[in-house]
Amino acid sequence: MDALANNFQVLFQGLALGSIYALVALGFVLIIRATNVVNFAQGDFAMLGAYMMVAFLVSVGLPYWLSFLLALAGMGVFGLIFNYGVYYPLRHRGFLPVIISTLGASIFLQNSVLAIFGAQPKRLDNVIAGGVQIGSVFLDSQYLVILAVTMVMVVFQYFLFEHTMLGKKLQATSQDKDMARLLGIPVALMIAITFVYSSALGGLAGVLVGPVLFVSIGMGSIIALKAFAATIIGGFGDVKGAIVGGLFIGVVESFAAFYISVPYKDAYAFLMLFLVLVFRPQGFFGERVSEKA
Amino acid sequence: MSTQTLEAARARRFSLWPFILFAIAVAVPLLPYFTHVSNFVLSMFMQATTYAIAVLGMVVVLGYTGQINLAQAAFFGFGAYGVALGTVTYGLSFWVALAIGIGIAGVAGGILGLTTLRLGGHYLAMITISFQQIFDLVAVNWIPVTHGPDGIAGIGRPSLFGYELSDDRAYLLLCSMVLYALMAAVWYLPQTRLGRAMRGVRENELAAEVVGVHTLRTKVIAFTLCAALGGVGGGLYAGGFAYISPDNFNFARAVEFLSMVLLGGVQSPFGGALGTTLLILLPEWLKEMPPGLQFIKDVYLAIYGLAVILIMVFMPEGIWGLLRNGWKKFRTALPIDTSGITPLNLDIAVAETTPLLRLEGMQKYFGGLRAVDGIDLEVSRGTVHALIGPNGSGKTTMLNVVNGIYKPTGGRIIIDGNDVTLKSPHERAAHGLGRTFQNIRLFPSMSALENVIVGAQRDNNPIEPGAKALRARAMSALQFVGLADQANAIVRSLPYGHQRLVEIARALAGHPKLLLLDEPAAGLNQTEKMELVALLKKLRSGHGLTIFLIDHDMGLVEKVSDRITVLNFGRKIAEGTPREVLRHPDVIAAYLGDSNAAA
Repeated sequence: MDALANNFQVLFQGLALGSIYALVALGFVLIIRATNVVNFAQGDFAMLGAYMMVAFLVSVGLPYWLSFLLALAGMGVFGLIFNYGVYYPLRHRGFLPVIISTLGASIFLQNSVLAIFGAQPKRLDNVIAGGVQIGSVFLDSQYLVILAVTMVMVVFQYFLFEHTMLGKKLQATSQDKDMARLLGIPVALMIAITFVYSSALGGLAGVLVGPVLFVSIGMGSIIALKAFAATIIGGFGDVKGAIVGGLFIGVVESFAAFYISVPYKDAYAFLMLFLVLVFRPQGFFGERVSEKA
Repeated sequence: MSTQTLEAARARRFSLWPFILFAIAVAVPLLPYFTHVSNFVLSMFMQATTYAIAVLGMVVVLGYTGQINLAQAAFFGFGAYGVALGTVTYGLSFWVALAIGIGIAGVAGGILGLTTLRLGGHYLAMITISFQQIFDLVAVNWIPVTHGPDGIAGIGRPSLFGYELSDDRAYLLLCSMVLYALMAAVWYLPQTRLGRAMRGVRENELAAEVVGVHTLRTKVIAFTLCAALGGVGGGLYAGGFAYISPDNFNFARAVEFLSMVLLGGVQSPFGGALGTTLLILLPEWLKEMPPGLQFIKDVYLAIYGLAVILIMVFMPEGIWGLLRNGWKKFRTALPIDTSGITPLNLDIAVAETTPLLRLEGMQKYFGGLRAVDGIDLEVSRGTVHALIGPNGSGKTTMLNVVNGIYKPTGGRIIIDGNDVTLKSPHERAAHGLGRTFQNIRLFPSMSALENVIVGAQRDNNPIEPGAKALRARAMSALQFVGLADQANAIVRSLPYGHQRLVEIARALAGHPKLLLLDEPAAGLNQTEKMELVALLKKLRSGHGLTIFLIDHDMGLVEKVSDRITVLNFGRKIAEGTPREVLRHPDVIAAYLGDSNAAA
């Protein structure tokens, strides 16, 4: 294999992994915009989604499409429970209690899943077996699926937010809750919908990445940390920034792992995060924000 | 109130509790000397004391300063690896190794704080988690130095005054003494200048900055202290167990520290110690469960997570907070001795005739919106200067620029001859700039007196050094606004009008040359407004204070102002005495609309 093919292979892998970070980062951003808090269990949504898939597909033995729909629906329901159990009781108490509460939820989820499924990682098979061979470059089918689904989701989300009434209501809620309330928008419902959607999005990321990584208890935390790094690098709370930031981290991480060192693979995202924070704290697309008196 | 009754009130408060707690605290580490204690129990004691030291750091950073730290296990690890590598690999004495470990932890905390504390809560949470993960990665993978997952064994113990502390009992005694000393220091901290600044940051960071607290420095110090306390705990832990491995310092441990401090009570070192003890005992109790309940042992980490949510929802102040609140119900607030308060003195020299505040070509744009669009303005000494204009005309933006909360897009701000354009709000406070806010910004869970002391402790405040002078200054300011008898009341519980007055007192305590008031009359009733007018007049004529204010109540503005500037769409449309300005056709048009245009 020549260097060019190598680089292409690495880039392809990076983009696919980056898509996963971007999907989770999107969930982050939607919740940040709706509630002004970071959901520290966002990565565990991916983990839970992957385990639901394992449960339906492997344990129960349902067909793929049905398992997939059930996992997404299950994650939607879970998002609703999460909203009312973890966020809603603390919504008037500032961000610190909410952050801590979502952190508690993360610990709870990981250890509950551990108690049910055990510590042994689970396998999920590719949606479509095999892959595409172009010259000396092999494109794994799951990576292609990830890229395709991510693109569909980005378009879907753009359409949802910019061209539907529900999307406009969600946007209004995230920009000014009091005003939205005065206009008759049911703010609490909009926030609940945001959690449902973000949870399903996280679950989708988990289902997609399951065949690439093993399905394990800790898979969510590491994805979440990189997704969060992506939201900061892209610009805190910026949708476009989340996608670009996610892809950026995926690509840089793949190249650094290939050319520098594999054991520290997970550290590169944090290194970039530190650099961005020191030199461009507002991220690629963010504006400097200051508190209003 | 006379001194006798005050003494009597103090005497009535005498309680046995502190003595009982003290006796228990002394008795526990001595217990192993008098009765047989198994090695297992000894090691639990050792774990509890060293963890509790690290948890004290969480009290400082999370409880006092309101900043989250999810990397405490990493700082604990710095101390532990310092002692382990120092004594085993480099053959240093225990104390030198411990000092190095603590130093590295503190420096790491400081650097982490400097890079991220500017950015606030969410970033901090994620970045401390990231830092924790990197620590773990390095500890596991940097095998030549850290020995990787195998860990380091044979860690030494110290000698003290020639006495070898190799005996577990003696070493435990040492750890306990260190813990108690640090607990006392952390307990005392909130009453110090630094501690008040920390609490101010927690309660309302913007207000703290504006009244003169160097908020970034305060947060970095809090973070450094927290990390150093983590280092102390970790160093002693390494000596106590003689063996460490990366498992002791991973993210799960950081979460454990967080749960301990939340459960016990984040606001108090006693809460921290209580939470630590409970969570170390809990797994042991779970082992003793009857067979039917044994499954709990397997899911106890899940219960941890659930407990964290439940604590946040139902018990935000933790067990210690619950106990203390219950206890407070049976106590009445200490009456305040309002005799012998020195009348407020603002020490303002009126001889100078140059303007106190000068704005030159001030601009503030938000993207395409020109909120303040090239304003020149002078405020003369000893006058009340009002800034009026319709909603959205740029008044509050202008105040925020003068104050340093916003950086201007262009122009210069000169206060008393000093160009402060590039200075931060707390530096401007040190130049004698005081301010109140449209929507009151106090430190709600601190007392009125403490709120005002934070205002008095600004840099360059011309008062005697020392806590006594600060307190006296704060009492004078409270007396001036008529709230001396409410000094010990928690601000949250005061009526709205009184809260406004506390905010003014907080500004006055800092000896301002220039006082900025953002809608001081908003939300006040007629009587309160009359009192405010009297107060402002007293400040101007009796004390020579210069006041720059915004208000919508034209009656009030007309009564108190010497000069009025009118803004519309970020530009100055009129300026002059109240009589001139309020009859100016452009002003009337701006407020009521242009009759010609409407026709």
